[in-house]
Amino acid sequence: MATTYDLERDGLRGLNRALHALAGSTPNEAWEVVNPRGSHAIAVGLDAPVDVTVRGSTGYYCGGMNKQATIRVAGSVGPGVAENMMSGTVIVDGDASQYAGASGHGGLLVIKGNASSRCGISMKGIDIVVHGSIGHMSAFMGQAGNLVVCGDAGEALGDSIYEARLFVRGSVKSLGADCIEKEMRPEHLDLLAGLLERAECDAKPEEFRRYGSARKLYNFKIDNAY
Amino acid sequence: MNNDIPRTVPIQSATFSNAVNAEIRRAAATGIYDIRGGGAKRRVPHFDDLLFLGASVSRYPLEGYRETCGTNVTLGTRFAENPIELDIPITIAGMSFGALSGPAKEALGRGATLAGTSTTTGDGGMTPEERGHSAKLVYQYLPSRYGMNPDDLRRADAIEIVVGQGAKPGGGGMLLGQKIDDRVAEMRTLPKGIDQRSACRHPDWTGPDDLEIKILELREITSGRVPIYVKIGATRPYFDVALAVKAGADVVVIDGMQGGTAATQDVFIEHVGIPTLACIRPAVKALQDLGLHREVQLVVSGGIRNGADVAKAMALGADAVSIGTAAMVALGDNDPRYEAEYNALGTTAGAYDDWHEGRDPAGITTQDPKLAARLDPVEGGRRLRNYLNVMTLEAQTIARACGHNHLHNLEPEDLCALTMEAAAMAQVPLAGTDWWPGKPGTGY
Repeated sequence: MATTYDLERDGLRGLNRALHALAGSTPNEAWEVVNPRGSHAIAVGLDAPVDVTVRGSTGYYCGGMNKQATIRVAGSVGPGVAENMMSGTVIVDGDASQYAGASGHGGLLVIKGNASSRCGISMKGIDIVVHGSIGHMSAFMGQAGNLVVCGDAGEALGDSIYEARLFVRGSVKSLGADCIEKEMRPEHLDLLAGLLERAECDAKPEEFRRYGSARKLYNFKIDNAY
Repeated sequence: MNNDIPRTVPIQSATFSNAVNAEIRRAAATGIYDIRGGGAKRRVPHFDDLLFLGASVSRYPLEGYRETCGTNVTLGTRFAENPIELDIPITIAGMSFGALSGPAKEALGRGATLAGTSTTTGDGGMTPEERGHSAKLVYQYLPSRYGMNPDDLRRADAIEIVVGQGAKPGGGGMLLGQKIDDRVAEMRTLPKGIDQRSACRHPDWTGPDDLEIKILELREITSGRVPIYVKIGATRPYFDVALAVKAGADVVVIDGMQGGTAATQDVFIEHVGIPTLACIRPAVKALQDLGLHREVQLVVSGGIRNGADVAKAMALGADAVSIGTAAMVALGDNDPRYEAEYNALGTTAGAYDDWHEGRDPAGITTQDPKLAARLDPVEGGRRLRNYLNVMTLEAQTIARACGHNHLHNLEPEDLCALTMEAAAMAQVPLAGTDWWPGKPGTGY
């Protein structure tokens, strides 16, 4: 059983209010959102273990600040999907625009297609798995969490990165400031295997390379000022 | 050498002053720019350059102490279901836990609550202490998103999207490793002890069209319950205010270059942005041109020190003001009683600005438990309440003298300027004239 919500007919505020009203409960019914027609801020601020499927493509910030919910977009998403997600899962069947998973603190974001620039920017603990490729400046200032890219990464990957871990199977056009390739140890292969399985991805952990912080920008000194 | 010949006295260069030369020597020795806290220290046109005209034959004053002079203000009347009702039009500006100690944040909350006004979080998120002691708490939504979470967002009485601040418009923040203790590191998801950088731009929006969508998202998450402020550093006030309003702001906060920061480059503080006095009239004009002056409230900050400053800002069109540095001074920052300790740090009371180093003798800008314990949050709150009360009484005194029964009735016609610069910026007549530079219809 699923509750169907016609976004075009019944409006955005009604949808989000209804989903917010589930906070503190364990919903038995899934929700299906139809006619999203690129609307912004669909299913934002949820705080319940509810399954929500959006039938179509969305605009900005779908699944923003999600907690607990599993949100699936049967389409592509605009900028900032799952921004600042705390927990739960967001799955995008299509492609994602800029800032996917920006500043996310937790949870899992899966993008079955490609993600544009700044994927995982300022990530703070979120796990992101992209089946395709990602654009430039991804994981910029990434603080924590894991970004897994099954395709290629664009320019300046991991610029000014803190402690986020980056795994890329394909090519990396260039690494950003203070981002270096790092040894892939057994614990990383285990971590990667688990993330790939959760993301329904059949890539092999051994095919990836790991990148992270050289930690040379961690202290403010003249050598870092240019 | 003939001692009978008169000699010129040594003359210090105005261009290469002792302070300038000292900075050149410091730069030559270290190879890195100076970082400090606070706002612009240079002399700029300010509220001191304005005077109230007071009532006379043509104006009818109100009796001091007795006749009513209202001070309340409501912020967020445009769209929010629950606008913020304040007893006084003086709010406490955003200052982070991390930059400030826990007791200092608690004291700000206590003082603001006693005085009937709001306080504001800062970079690094909301602490239970400040939420618990602040009846009205504004939650800052910053580029770094440190500590940002939807639960705190919903616990807030208003949300302030920080685009910039007066001390460093276009720049990010710094919190050096000395102040990143276990708790601060955990709140910001960063390794302990590193020199932390706060981003200068938001990670998931760019430009006014995106900002409109970001505001939509925040309204959706909070069901439109609370006001959404947009805070900007004063640079191009007319256009920035207009764009913030277009994006859907309920309240615009504009912060002049005298507004403080916890830490950034001195060159940034002193050379980027415009004075508070210069930004109010263009901001008000933007609101007036959009037909939204008073419907979108304007909060002005940066160098507000007393009731006269409050009254002058409001006469120029602000709905409220916000204080940061002055509130810290009220708590005890730069107090001469710590002079010996300031001297030991190579400075003196009143000039101490190395807030980023975490060695504040007053226990305010520190995470050192021993230093932080010097500030009693209850006593600090009482001092802040007193100070806010005095500012309010002073502003009322001036308003009554100008014949107004509410601070919001103060108007530019109540003011004149002492200098050409102030007259031009405030667009009020030079004292004793009916003219200011740029006055429409005067040709120049």
